[in-house]
Amino acid sequence: MNPEFEHLYQALSKVDGFIYPNEIELSWSILIVLYPFITGLVAGAFILASLERVFNVKSLKPTYVIALLTSFAFLLVATMPLIFHLGQPLRAWEIMMTPHLTSAMAIFGFVYLWYLMIVLLLEIWFDYRYDLVLWARESKGIKKWMYKALALGSDDISPKSLKLDDKLGYIVTVIGIPSAFLLHGYVGFIFGSIKANPWWSTVMMPIIFLFSAMVSGIALVMVLYIVINHLRKQKIDMLCLDTIAKYLFYIIIIDFTMESLDQIHRIYEAEESFEIISLLISGHLNFTLLIMQVGLGMFLPLATLGIIQFYKPEEKLRKLIYFITGILVLIGIFFMRWNVVIGGQLFSKSFLGFTSFKLSLIGPEGFLMASIWLVVPFFILAFLLWLFPPWKKTPVEH
Amino acid sequence: MTEQKTSLSRRNFLRNAGVTAGTLVITSTLPSFNAVLYAAVKRNTKGPWFGIAIDIEKCIGCGTCAKTCKIENDVPQEPFFFRSWVEQYTIRKDGSLKVESPNGGIDGFKQSVPAEEIEKTFFVPKMCNHCSKSPCVQVCPVGATYETEEGIVLVDEKYCIGCKYCIQACPYGCRYFHPDKHVVDKCTLCFHRVKKGLNPACMDNCPTKARISGDLNDPASEVSKFIRTKNVYVLKPHLNTGSKLYYNALNQEVR
Repeated sequence: MNPEFEHLYQALSKVDGFIYPNEIELSWSILIVLYPFITGLVAGAFILASLERVFNVKSLKPTYVIALLTSFAFLLVATMPLIFHLGQPLRAWEIMMTPHLTSAMAIFGFVYLWYLMIVLLLEIWFDYRYDLVLWARESKGIKKWMYKALALGSDDISPKSLKLDDKLGYIVTVIGIPSAFLLHGYVGFIFGSIKANPWWSTVMMPIIFLFSAMVSGIALVMVLYIVINHLRKQKIDMLCLDTIAKYLFYIIIIDFTMESLDQIHRIYEAEESFEIISLLISGHLNFTLLIMQVGLGMFLPLATLGIIQFYKPEEKLRKLIYFITGILVLIGIFFMRWNVVIGGQLFSKSFLGFTSFKLSLIGPEGFLMASIWLVVPFFILAFLLWLFPPWKKTPVEH
Repeated sequence: MTEQKTSLSRRNFLRNAGVTAGTLVITSTLPSFNAVLYAAVKRNTKGPWFGIAIDIEKCIGCGTCAKTCKIENDVPQEPFFFRSWVEQYTIRKDGSLKVESPNGGIDGFKQSVPAEEIEKTFFVPKMCNHCSKSPCVQVCPVGATYETEEGIVLVDEKYCIGCKYCIQACPYGCRYFHPDKHVVDKCTLCFHRVKKGLNPACMDNCPTKARISGDLNDPASEVSKFIRTKNVYVLKPHLNTGSKLYYNALNQEVR
């Protein structure tokens, strides 16, 4: 037996019922689970930043810049799992060069670039331009030249220029909100438009992806805000944290409603695929869906955050609860992506059986590689926070 | 009051007449609606437009088609990669269903259900449906998978980026990821043979002539006659893939 195919022979022995013979190996693995997860964090963090900027939620101000930089750090990594899962990674650029316009996937490169270049980079630049000029004047050595280069030759620190930055930044954010919706709603469409797969093919998919993205992005910024302040030994602005938790609570409710609606609709219509999907949920996905995604990732945070809306324990405990809840929400959304991507490939399109999936430890699609792609954005964020410390920015009233 | 009503209704009449006339003019330029005769809507091409017909009543489950295909097209021998395969359906007397396809049927079949429990059993050869509204062609992000003017769906292996989106989009499980080429591979209807006027290898080697392919544009072709004279059915018609693989005597249980 060729050792290259050993895992496939193992999977073959575990086939349950009948599957088409080409369906033994899952085409999309952990890297494609990461793709919507990371993109969701990008969109969600950005939307939290916009709450402060556009919707004028003043209490969120301490997290505005952190949210933007988080969004940026994760966006830089978002394409990596995609490119590395390709059979021919060196041909990846063909998606941009010769896009096939009927393909939902072909548009990703453009949506991504639009978001990276037009929205995030511009918004961060306008937000930091004034400080970059100041820092370039104050710093020494390499840092001075870095700031100078990043200021792109700008040297104007007049109040008038500051006002213009603010105005342009505002306009970019206003454009950014629909763009963030587009970015993640679109990722949902990639799955939702596959009519061959009843687990994916639902018109709700873009909406569910969007709200779960907001949930995960807000939870991430909440956790990061707690961690950053802990590391810097600074006192946390509890009003800000409470406000984030409040929004997280509301959006989890919407997300929960949307996902429930989708499932209720499935159960009530009970179409051709109903039996196989019921077996999928009660069998192969019972741990990842019922326990991790719904139990730990949704019910528990919903209950905790719900109680906190009425009864607020003392600060230290509240902070701990927010921290744990944020982590649980992130785990829950990760498993939501897992259940969509992996779950959708476990059952045969003949609706007569299941294949199995075992995550390997090493290899390009293994656990370690996936962990790297999840950890790298945090290092990028740490670097960004070092280079552009939000706490050293000149305070500006938007 | 009455006067106003009259003028209003006159205006209404004129408006409605205008809308009706406009609609009539516009719709008359559209092609008339055709109740779907077959799953695939015929294309106007100058040359042939290929379709496939499989007669389930003639299939004996020998697996020669699947075996021939692997040899002819250099498909990896391992039992995970198939351009063509055969499924055995067995419906038990208690109404339950058993489907098997060990090694795609290449090594033949052994009936695992005891004879006295069997209500009926039959073989279903499967291959690419060469759909005229192919979901796989639709989703390919670079256009590496395409439909030729002869109506054959192909993959350009020098162009495919290996994203496997097409594998997800194919409702029939007809595509696989080639372990050596690192691109997606599928049935080409033996394009290299068809271009020379030969039949696909699986069809030429079928001992019972259970499978044929040919020009759907030519009413005199064997495949056109087959479709005309038999109760043909395509797989998963509700997905509107415009499948061009027609089965005779297909049981409803088959997906």
